[in-house]
Amino acid sequence: MSITIQARGISAGIGTGAVLVSSEPISFLSGVNPDTGVVIESGHPLEGQSIAGKVLAFPYGKGSTVGSYVIYALMRNNMAPSAIINTEAEPIIAVGAILAEIPMVDRPDTPIGDLIDGVSASIDGSLGTIIINDE
Amino acid sequence: MYLDSDDEKVLAGEYGETRRKMMEILVALGKVFGAEKFVPITSAQVAGASYKTIGKWGLEWLRSLDARVAVPSVLNPIGMPRERWQEMGIPSDFAEKQHAVLDAYRRLGVKLECTCTPYYINRTSYGDHIAWSESSAVCYANSVIGARTNREGGPSALAAAIIGKTPYYGLHLWENRMPQVAFRVEADETLHASHYGAIGYLAGKEAGNRVPFFYGLRPNRDQLKALGAAMAASGAVALYHVEDITPDSRVLQERGIDISALETITITGDEIEAIFEERTVDAVAIGCPHCSEEELEEIAGLLKGKTVTKPLYIFAARGVAQAHPNLVGTIEMSGAKVWEDTCIVVSPGMDHFGSIMVNSGKAFAYVPNMCGAEAVLGSTEECIAAALGE
Repeated sequence: MSITIQARGISAGIGTGAVLVSSEPISFLSGVNPDTGVVIESGHPLEGQSIAGKVLAFPYGKGSTVGSYVIYALMRNNMAPSAIINTEAEPIIAVGAILAEIPMVDRPDTPIGDLIDGVSASIDGSLGTIIINDE
Repeated sequence: MYLDSDDEKVLAGEYGETRRKMMEILVALGKVFGAEKFVPITSAQVAGASYKTIGKWGLEWLRSLDARVAVPSVLNPIGMPRERWQEMGIPSDFAEKQHAVLDAYRRLGVKLECTCTPYYINRTSYGDHIAWSESSAVCYANSVIGARTNREGGPSALAAAIIGKTPYYGLHLWENRMPQVAFRVEADETLHASHYGAIGYLAGKEAGNRVPFFYGLRPNRDQLKALGAAMAASGAVALYHVEDITPDSRVLQERGIDISALETITITGDEIEAIFEERTVDAVAIGCPHCSEEELEEIAGLLKGKTVTKPLYIFAARGVAQAHPNLVGTIEMSGAKVWEDTCIVVSPGMDHFGSIMVNSGKAFAYVPNMCGAEAVLGSTEECIAAALGE
């Protein structure tokens, strides 16, 4: 069984991993350690958690545009998310995902708050789909 | 978003991986901002030129690219003068990496002019669609020249430069260029360029990201440059109009756009004067944005045959400085320095002073945070007098 959620494709490619949902926006510059993939922003709901290999869902990006290069750094360090879901894409995350070749979608039909941490999902950034692999 | 058959081929990778990725960036931004199509551009100014900003990974990314820009393109200021970096006290490891960034851009076909005044280097005309990055350059291009540009980030400007197009949204569209707030400046004395910097500093805080319309000012081009640069720094102004002066203000008038109903803010002469103060400083810096030929002439005239008693740094585009070796020679004979490629705000060479006197509303806004120094605002004459110890 699987459920398909329609979204809008932003960065091409297919990525699969365990879902990790953040209720808050993420700043990659100074908010995520590019060497370890761990969220380091003090007080952030994901503080201390690794985003490496995850299907990372969060509302939108915030902070400096240099954050796009941090996303690229995560990829080069093998610590990038396997895919990104945003409620609404903005330039920092969209550009970063494309630089780092991370599949990305936004505007999912189902709110990201309804996604469940830990379930396996596949994102197709070309078709703009989220497939939840419901075991 | 509409893509023509050539765009589709680029996106499918038929023109190589770099162009595919650049097209993907532009399409994604088009989606984010709701653009219906692309518009061809005539030039680009690419941010992300200073190693201090983009770091190791930005440099790695630039090095991974394999394409040439499709339109004349220049860079933002970098962290040092590319030749005289030792004279400015820049560490050699930083200089090495900064040169690596320049080499990466050279390989992409970007002209290595590192300046916030690309309009002195590449001719830009009314109505041109362009993709520029630096906030004061964007403000000048939109307002003083009447070109059309959004404020681009590094990758988006580079993508536009390589593809030769940008998504058609924001300030490329006439309907988004309407005035949103009006300013009336009450000052009866003759205003000089630093007064315009102070007006911009005050107006930018009020305007935020709205499009201001100014009544009753008669600024020249250098004064317009100072006004816009300060508003882009203290606010996020990317376009403004000055009644009967800026090109779009005339079009607004011809088309009968009513601006009388806008919120109108008054800036008084006392408010402007209160920004200026008289006090001693450790150093003096001029050229934010980079100096024009006229400004270099004025400075050379004030310094001719004199000797500075404090560090005096003048910043200008390489192309402008090298076109005027006599002016640069006169200025440097006084002991002042004319730096190319870099600027007051981004150079690490400016961060070891306790207080810096500037003639720029933009520098006045940025120096406290970017250089860790107190900023004192004065006219160009006052700045030169302070450097001469007069």
